[in-house]
Amino acid sequence: MSAVLPVPTLAQAVLGQAHRVKSLQAPAHAPEWKQMLEELGFVAGEHVAVLARAMPGADPLVVRIGQSTFALRRAEADCVLLEGGTSGGLTAPIDAATDAATGQAGAAHA
Amino acid sequence: MREAVVHIHPAGPLLALVGNPNCGKTALFNRLTGSRQKVANYAGVTVERKEGRLKTAAGKLLRVLDLPGTYSLYPRSPDERVTVDVLAGRAQGEKRPDLIVCVLDATNLRRNLRLFLSVQRQGLPCVVALNMADLAQRRGIEIDTARLSALLGVPVIRTVATDGHGLDDLRAVLDQPELWKTASPVPEGEDNARIGHILKELGLDTLQGELPSDKVDRVVLHPVFGPILLAVLLFFLFQAVFAWAEAPMGWIEAATGWLGGQAGALLPEGHLRSLVVDGLIAGVGGVLVFLPQILILFFFILILEESGYLPRAAFLLDRLMGSVGLSGRSFIPLLSSFACAIPGIMATRSIANPRDRLVTILIAPLMTCSARLPVYALLIGAFIPQRELWGGIELQGLVLFVLYFAGILAAMAVAWVLKRFTDAGRQVRPLMMELPSYHWPHARNVAIGLWQRAEIFIKRVGGIILALTLLLWVLSTFPGAPEGATGPAIEYSFAGYLGRGLATIFEPIGFNWQISLALVPGMAAREIAVSALGTVYALSATGDDATAQALTPLISSTWGLPTAFSLLAWFIFAPQCISTLAAVKRETGGYKIPAVMLAYLFGLAYLASWLTFHISRWLLA
Repeated sequence: MSAVLPVPTLAQAVLGQAHRVKSLQAPAHAPEWKQMLEELGFVAGEHVAVLARAMPGADPLVVRIGQSTFALRRAEADCVLLEGGTSGGLTAPIDAATDAATGQAGAAHA
Repeated sequence: MREAVVHIHPAGPLLALVGNPNCGKTALFNRLTGSRQKVANYAGVTVERKEGRLKTAAGKLLRVLDLPGTYSLYPRSPDERVTVDVLAGRAQGEKRPDLIVCVLDATNLRRNLRLFLSVQRQGLPCVVALNMADLAQRRGIEIDTARLSALLGVPVIRTVATDGHGLDDLRAVLDQPELWKTASPVPEGEDNARIGHILKELGLDTLQGELPSDKVDRVVLHPVFGPILLAVLLFFLFQAVFAWAEAPMGWIEAATGWLGGQAGALLPEGHLRSLVVDGLIAGVGGVLVFLPQILILFFFILILEESGYLPRAAFLLDRLMGSVGLSGRSFIPLLSSFACAIPGIMATRSIANPRDRLVTILIAPLMTCSARLPVYALLIGAFIPQRELWGGIELQGLVLFVLYFAGILAAMAVAWVLKRFTDAGRQVRPLMMELPSYHWPHARNVAIGLWQRAEIFIKRVGGIILALTLLLWVLSTFPGAPEGATGPAIEYSFAGYLGRGLATIFEPIGFNWQISLALVPGMAAREIAVSALGTVYALSATGDDATAQALTPLISSTWGLPTAFSLLAWFIFAPQCISTLAAVKRETGGYKIPAVMLAYLFGLAYLASWLTFHISRWLLA
């Protein structure tokens, strides 16, 4: 997991990697998504990470945004632009199971 | 302050509970008012405003409104609009609240604060109930309430609605007269910046790390195991409905049989005896016997609801729902429809997209509601042998699972057709659904939920089912048979003529006149079809011995298998439920949609029954 490229959108984020939201960009056919996502807490500066992806087609996704967890479709996660680089792994105050999360991420991208 | 136009409410201060979906508002409302609203671990349980009364620490009585959860004060779905209208004093028949208790989920402060800031802008007095404080603490989130109160400029009370912690503090705060007089300060600056500042001050600007729920989700939402687990869970549910209910159903049957025997022996031969034994006991007892199965079904639904599994199931099914043009969000109203289509149709108010909402309403009656369970149970009990297949799977439970599944498939097919042939159907739907943390179901909530279901069912049995059963008895008894009649008296009665008239419509799908007749009162409530059959057959019996006979062996000896299968297929679609059609009319505001629904369900039911009848007759010939 050494060479993590800057990730443009949440849909492409590596499982278990924490990022910060840079901005939102709704698709032309659904401009209302921007406001909807903002209301759910997807605002600039907030911490965000992808926890799981469903099969097939990695859609929908389970996303941790700040303190809460949401299910987003891939097209919705694509609206969330991320700041370049990561802000580390998903820190685990309860126990350190982050290895399992990043291990999964590696498998998903293999 | 603006008052409602017609002031039909008791005077006195009005308090409103506002908060994000699933922040524990309803649990708090129940604790404060002692009422029994439904609580579930997913968003959108409160679809209308609910009212109750609260006693403050000093003993003052206040009216309390529980408003539907909303993420913002820019309403998107109809249930969110209720909240916005009430807060603005625009709601019809309700005055503007005098005080808002803004319920914040302590585990989701950032998102909850966004709503709080817009509530503050309403310019009403405000108190914050920092709910789920226990859960936050267990997650290592320490919130300095005094600091938060200073930052927000309003009182902040820590509460744990599920066990009643902190409610006395809240009741005490409500006695402070100055609280009611001062509107909370209007926040300045841009919301995100302000919330960022508040969270930094409280040391909470972090990403939630791994939660116990995440570990569960790694299995439950696993791409392969997740869907398998869901299928196994649903399968087990339907097995249990049959296997566990056997004993209690036997007791109820024995009790009604004994009662019928006693009444028959006590009462003199004549109309009164016929009314009590054939009408009352055979009809009502025939429906009451299904209470255990309904309670078992609800026990599972309540556990799934309370635990937080339902949104996960919606997540797992999102692709499937998406393929027919719906989002996973439609899953929760559809699942409620397994209980009854009416709450399901009301729960569609949480769907923001009008087209999705309409499609969900149209297919909701295809989900097998609990009123159809007695019909299925009767027919399966009579025609499907009680046999164990491999692995201890009961054949009867399997058939029930297949029937439920057939309803789901039919709903999918209808949604697909609507997607394929309408323009709006091809657009992309948003999902954006919160996945709440899991928690163990509270025995109290499950018990209340079960009690409410039992109460509703028994009230139906004692009310509409009893009334229609008696009406049917009257129609089946009068006029009496003419002199020298050979058949049973019912064949000469009004009901006999009506049944035979209807039978000409239903003969092609294999229904005899007794079934055709039973379908009529079944329009008021589907399970009445069972009690009606009980009454009709009890009256059709010629000898004395047959009157005491239970319905199950009676129909299994007189109907052919194709007729039974055809009737099962009929009830998968079963368009005849007046209360569902009334709910659809109310929700869609016109007769058009209910008329469309009635027509399409009737057509599908007739087609499915016709095919089933003819194919099974051909196969069994």
